[in-house]
Amino acid sequence: MVRIKATALSAATFITGEEFWRGCVAIVCFLLFWQIGSRSVDWLGFAVPAVSQIPPPTAVSHQLYVLIQEPSFWYSGYLSSVRVFEGFAAAMVIGIPLGLAMAVSRIFFGIAFPVFEVLRPIPPLAWVPASIIFWPTQELSIAFVTFLGAFFTIVINVIGGAQAIDIRYFQAARSMGSSNWDIFRRIILPGTLPSIVVGATVGVGITWAVVVAAEMISGGGSAGSMGGAAGGGLGFFIWNSYVGGSYTQIVAGMITIGIAGYISSALLRKVGDWLTPWLAEP
Amino acid sequence: MKMMAVDQGKAFPGTPRTLRRGHIRIEDAVKIYGPQNGGILAVDHCTFDVPAGEITVVVGPSGCGKTTLLNAIAGFHSLSAGAIYLDEEVLCGPGRLKAEPGPDRIVVFQNGALFPWKTNIDNVTFGPIMQGTMTPAQAYEKARHMMADAGLRGVENNYPGEISSGVRRRVEIVRALMNDPKILLLDEPYRALDSLTKSVMHEALLDIFYRTRVTVFFITHDLEEAIFLGHRVIIMTTRPCRPKKVLDIDIPHPRDYSALTTKRFRELMDETAMAVHEEAIKAFEAGEMER
Repeated sequence: MVRIKATALSAATFITGEEFWRGCVAIVCFLLFWQIGSRSVDWLGFAVPAVSQIPPPTAVSHQLYVLIQEPSFWYSGYLSSVRVFEGFAAAMVIGIPLGLAMAVSRIFFGIAFPVFEVLRPIPPLAWVPASIIFWPTQELSIAFVTFLGAFFTIVINVIGGAQAIDIRYFQAARSMGSSNWDIFRRIILPGTLPSIVVGATVGVGITWAVVVAAEMISGGGSAGSMGGAAGGGLGFFIWNSYVGGSYTQIVAGMITIGIAGYISSALLRKVGDWLTPWLAEP
Repeated sequence: MKMMAVDQGKAFPGTPRTLRRGHIRIEDAVKIYGPQNGGILAVDHCTFDVPAGEITVVVGPSGCGKTTLLNAIAGFHSLSAGAIYLDEEVLCGPGRLKAEPGPDRIVVFQNGALFPWKTNIDNVTFGPIMQGTMTPAQAYEKARHMMADAGLRGVENNYPGEISSGVRRRVEIVRALMNDPKILLLDEPYRALDSLTKSVMHEALLDIFYRTRVTVFFITHDLEEAIFLGHRVIIMTTRPCRPKKVLDIDIPHPRDYSALTTKRFRELMDETAMAVHEEAIKAFEAGEMER
């Protein structure tokens, strides 16, 4: 909620706000802790558990600086972004109508929901071997797993949102002469929109988590065997860095994914705010 | 605008009607929830009239079944037996126990049912645009006038979530009136409001009534509200509901809040308070027994 409010404010008031400075201080403290922790053997004479194994932020930022000048790194990011976008877009295009259909028709709900509920708890990553087998290309199998990550979240949100619409809205609309189509278009669709936005925002986060893992499992393997940039992506990049023993690259790759995920969610929130102006805080 | 005022006698809210309409007659209405045998009897052979062009207030304990009657008139639920007539035409009765919802009977709901995703003026124009009785331009023109008349200038382009609950209720009544209904069905519309806002809302409702003379069917559990607003107050028994006492309120209209302090008002309160209290006790004891 706080973040939603913050993005709604103009940049100027945002930077002068207390919220902004509190965030800055928090990030600086985090970086200090990390720096001191990872250098703890040299600086403090003892090893801070876990943190001392990680390269310090200075080294990671230098690594990032080097990486952003390499086209292959951008290409990895591009590949992952495309997969996220494809999977996410497919999940929206298929998930929203499916969820609405289940919410609107009791018969369809009775048929589709049990199957849906059996498939839903299966973690997307458990689909990786199966999807490698039944999709013809590596690319399609990664995109499919990515799709699954967002799909179930979006559908369940659409169903929940549509079913939670107050019955009085339907009664009022019916009294005022609305047809079934009017009710769908003017009551069910706008009434479900906030849940669609929530489902999409959560879904895109899952998509990033899934794409990276899918690339590590499948894309990495193919790139290894086929050579070159085939497969690829940020997940493969991290995995490759691990195999090659470049720990600064691992952390740099992780941070890149964090930033990419944040940008995707922020963009979706912006779109969501624009689509649901009635939810804006006065 | 001028053309519409003469158009097929469709009275323009704001102009007093010569032809009174909206007379509801409820005849031997029965409603059983659940199976016909052994279900819960909510309405028990209920018979009464809602005269056209007047405010009829139904008072009863919470959960007594008064909303069931309102839903049957509105066409949201069916009756189990009996009939309801609107201006001598059957709304529901033997053979067709559920009325069709329609713009001639508009409900103003307990907690309000403005569409939160539409601005206030888009809510107000919803009915006529849906029914195709006006072009959007005509609907917005009329909506602006009616909102201004109801003291709602300045909130047209706000969303319902941005205005106070009292103002929301006024917008909802204007939305109902835009449909040119024969009868307004109000289901405890002021229940959630604080008593100060409530008093303002009562006068606002009376003001709208005096201007439009639309028939009003008002449900409440607040006796004071009932006597202050109603031409006729019908006190219901606790579940199953049936009229216990029908009272014609002889305090002259137009009324304002000074009516509350008159001797006649206190007399009417005293006369009816006991009847309402008896039913409240019965309802309470029934509730205890169900536990």
